[in-house]
Amino acid sequence: MVGGGGGGVGGGLLENANPLIYERSGERPVTAGEEDEQVPDSIDAREIFDLIRSINDPEHPLTLEELNVVEQVRVQVSDPESTVAVAFTPTIPHCSMATLIGLSIKVKLLRSLPQRFKMDVHITPGTHASEHAGKLNKQLADKERVAAALENTHLLEVVNQCLSARS
Amino acid sequence: MAAAAALEAAAPPSALWGLVHDFVTGQQEGPADQVAADVKSGSYTVLQVVEALGSSLENPEHRARARGIQLLSQVLLQCHPLLLEKEVVQLILFYENRLKDHHLVIPAVLQGLKALSLCVALPPGLAVSVLKAIFQEVHVQSLPQMDRHTVYSIITNFMRTREEELKGLGADFTFGFIQVMDGEKDPRNLLVAFRIVHDLISRDYSLGPFVEELFEVTSCYFPIDFTPPPNDPHGIQREDLILSLRAVLASTPQFAEFLLPLLIEKVDSELLSAKLDSLQTLDACCAVYGQKELKAFLPSLWASVRRESNQRRTILDMILGFLKLQQKWGHEDKDQRPLGSFKDQLCSLVFMALTDPSTQLQLAGIRTLTVLGAQPDLLSSGDLELAVGHLYRLSFLEEDSQSCRVAALEASGALATLYPVAFSNHLVPRLAEELHAGGSDLTGRNGPAKASRHLRCLQALSAVSTHPSLVKETLPLLLQHLWEVHKGNMVEGSSEVIAVCQSLQQVAEKCQQHPESCRYFHQTAIPCLLALAVQASMPEKEPSVLRKVLLEDEVLAAMVSVFGTATTHLSPEVAAQSVAHIVPLFLDGNVSFLPENSFPSRFQPFQDGSSGQRRLVALLMAFVCSLPRDVEIPQLDQLMRELLELSRCHGCPFSSTAAAKCFAGLLNKHPAGQQLDEFLQLAVDTVEAGLDSGPCRSQAFTLLLWVTKALVLRYHPLSSRLTAQLMGLLSDPELGQAAADGFSLLMSDCTDVLTRAGHAEVRIMFRQRFFTDNVPALVQGFHAAPQDVKPNYLKALSHVLNRLPKPVLLPELPTLLSLLLEALSCPDGVVQLSTLGCLQPLLLEAPQVMSLHVDTLVTKFLALASSPSMAVRIAALQCMHALTRLPTPVLLPHRPQVIRALAKPLDDRKRLVRKEAVSARGEWFLLGSPGS
Repeated sequence: MVGGGGGGVGGGLLENANPLIYERSGERPVTAGEEDEQVPDSIDAREIFDLIRSINDPEHPLTLEELNVVEQVRVQVSDPESTVAVAFTPTIPHCSMATLIGLSIKVKLLRSLPQRFKMDVHITPGTHASEHAGKLNKQLADKERVAAALENTHLLEVVNQCLSARS
Repeated sequence: MAAAAALEAAAPPSALWGLVHDFVTGQQEGPADQVAADVKSGSYTVLQVVEALGSSLENPEHRARARGIQLLSQVLLQCHPLLLEKEVVQLILFYENRLKDHHLVIPAVLQGLKALSLCVALPPGLAVSVLKAIFQEVHVQSLPQMDRHTVYSIITNFMRTREEELKGLGADFTFGFIQVMDGEKDPRNLLVAFRIVHDLISRDYSLGPFVEELFEVTSCYFPIDFTPPPNDPHGIQREDLILSLRAVLASTPQFAEFLLPLLIEKVDSELLSAKLDSLQTLDACCAVYGQKELKAFLPSLWASVRRESNQRRTILDMILGFLKLQQKWGHEDKDQRPLGSFKDQLCSLVFMALTDPSTQLQLAGIRTLTVLGAQPDLLSSGDLELAVGHLYRLSFLEEDSQSCRVAALEASGALATLYPVAFSNHLVPRLAEELHAGGSDLTGRNGPAKASRHLRCLQALSAVSTHPSLVKETLPLLLQHLWEVHKGNMVEGSSEVIAVCQSLQQVAEKCQQHPESCRYFHQTAIPCLLALAVQASMPEKEPSVLRKVLLEDEVLAAMVSVFGTATTHLSPEVAAQSVAHIVPLFLDGNVSFLPENSFPSRFQPFQDGSSGQRRLVALLMAFVCSLPRDVEIPQLDQLMRELLELSRCHGCPFSSTAAAKCFAGLLNKHPAGQQLDEFLQLAVDTVEAGLDSGPCRSQAFTLLLWVTKALVLRYHPLSSRLTAQLMGLLSDPELGQAAADGFSLLMSDCTDVLTRAGHAEVRIMFRQRFFTDNVPALVQGFHAAPQDVKPNYLKALSHVLNRLPKPVLLPELPTLLSLLLEALSCPDGVVQLSTLGCLQPLLLEAPQVMSLHVDTLVTKFLALASSPSMAVRIAALQCMHALTRLPTPVLLPHRPQVIRALAKPLDDRKRLVRKEAVSARGEWFLLGSPGS
């Protein structure tokens, strides 16, 4: 329903109906080195950020980047050591969507990074109800639980929607 | 009812009775379609259906009555085109009466009226009568969503076909509609209702005294506050509602007095989205409002814009919208320009943004400055000096602020056309100093940083060359700089000269708009560049490395593009003057028109053996091949013979190719007739003689290629013979590969000669024609060719297909596809790349045909995804991505294998390859998975 009579309250389902919207970063410019066959390009923070920034938020028609849930400064990566750590910040401290967002990021990395990488996806420390955050971080680190979650058709459906390219 | 009595004689068949009974009493849905189908096939008439329904239509039980009417309505929805006028009249009467009926019956009645509203046979007067009845009898907003939608459909249908009749109702129609939509909350219905209001306004229905009511009933939704429910099957987005409401609100100046206070209020809203929506709506209003509407609200609008201090970027965006509005009607009333009193605040706001560390803010500031500058008589000379200072600084920003720097250059260009004096006083001298200081010693410490600063200086100089008076300052600076490089006062490499040439080329481009600048540029730059080049080509006692820089391939290519750009737009008189100097310079060594013309020896590029002088034929080519077609070229016959002679010259491919291109460029423009035939005969003889004997075969081939291209472009009859000759060379052991690559040249657009911009005769369908004429022969040649030359045919073919508009290619696809698939296995990287490039769009556009070959495609693409060539890997992965457009059931058997195989390129050493692998693999994961 659309709020009439001078701006009523929209969709009661949303926890954060009017989030602050951040600017999207532009496409990464292609450098001469990247076009040179001979020069190897290592996997860097921007590359990881580019993987996750366009993930759709489960409840807004916006990307995680536009909601500032993910930021390039919160991506740590070491190509030689094959490790990636991504911290994400749910829009509000008690956001129940945090699990879903974390799962989407994790799945996106699993699908997009070489197998050699060890991935750590967690909530930015101090930005979430602490008890919940600890539990969530543990769930996301547990391979079997992630796999089990994706067996759930409904959950998989939502994750896939988050990872689909929006036109 | 009366209709039933009238047709008593035609008793309905018993089958119909059964169907009606099943629907009304048996509560089955199927019979409605059956009855409708029978009516359509002529088994019985609508009136027989009415007859069969008989008492159901008047059954005292509401549900049974509703059911009866529902059947009739459903039949009418499908069969309304069959109705006769008198039947329509009776049915309308019946339905109008039933609008007074019980609320359970109303939905079925509305359905019936909707069917009748689509009826062509509806006699005049009835549309108005139906609407009046609805307005009077039905309280629309207490109906369910679907039925409200039906009412909107009835109104829309009538508005589409009975506009004049409805307008007869005057403002009553508007008022009736206001009551209908008042309180509507469903987004689907709102989209229709907004559309209706928009049509009411744009098609001049009478609003009478109800303007404010109409505004109220729509503006109460502003700003739109709607979030689509998850899994919404209707797919209505917030943006759809925003745009359609905006179209209504901004559709008439009559709303202005109500809308502007609302927008002013919402500009102050806490919500960023509301602020922006208000501004954008204001922007849309500019299209229809005049100064009259806006004037009264301007001060308060402006005040509320200024109150904003948190969202600086939003403010700037708002100011931008605001200024555009001002610009629109600023000229209407010169005396009362309210902007003047805010000018200082505006400027300080903009300048603050320009110095802010945030790129986004800087960009907004640059945009605002541009619009501010466009306000006549607003900025003082002091403001301009400051503005130019900021633009100067921004023009030298570092790599990571590329977008700002580009924006600043564009802004400089735009403002320089308006304020040439300010730029001449405050910018050009600083750039001149910079050019002089920065140009020296780029090799020392901080070399790279200085070099990039120097480059930016050159770009800034060309960016402000938008006003004729500024060109007269910037062009001499650039040319002077080249002279100094040449004289060896500065230690530069070829990249410096190329950068200056690029800058000159951009200036030339900007001059094309003004005939006077165009003449000035041509007459100043061309003799100067020629003098430099001729000087450099002179034999020297002490050969200096520096002077030879001007003769390098890349440097000459950069000069060629300056010559071309400076020539295409010349007026016939200037062109004729110029050609009378330049052709004799090359043919007779007449150097008298060059600014510094005392050379140690003669300039004889066509006679003399010095390779340096011969190379300058490229400049002659750039000039004569860019001239307008009606400019007569002196000594043409001699020139053409000299060019042919030079094209045979071996040992210097640059010169011989330039000569061949120049010959071809002139040939293409030459009018048909005896002289053209003579030139062609000469060319054919030269080619044949050259191809026969050993040392000059490659030069003869180049000439053949360019002459063929010149003729293909203009559909000359000889082109087919020459193309056949080229095709024959595909199996030549020496020239086969070059011939295959030649097909790419035939199909592509050149940049220096044979261009439309350079007035060449280029028929628009030449590629299609070439395809139709030559592809069968290429395919045949491929099948007949021995194994070792087959790749040449494939390569030629894929070049032709690659450049072809896809709609032309699609019908031929099935016959060509097997050949293309074979081409994927060809070891030649160029063939692979161009075949992949050809297949990728086909996967998107002809998925059905392609899906027949899915097994082969998957295997070959995956194999090529590990090619040693990065470009091939990228193209193969893009094809893997495009494959996901094929029907999912065909792909699913391959999904596990593909996902496994695509894990490997995720770890490619090149980032650009990984990027494609990620997107391809992501799409394959989604195939057949829930939620995709």
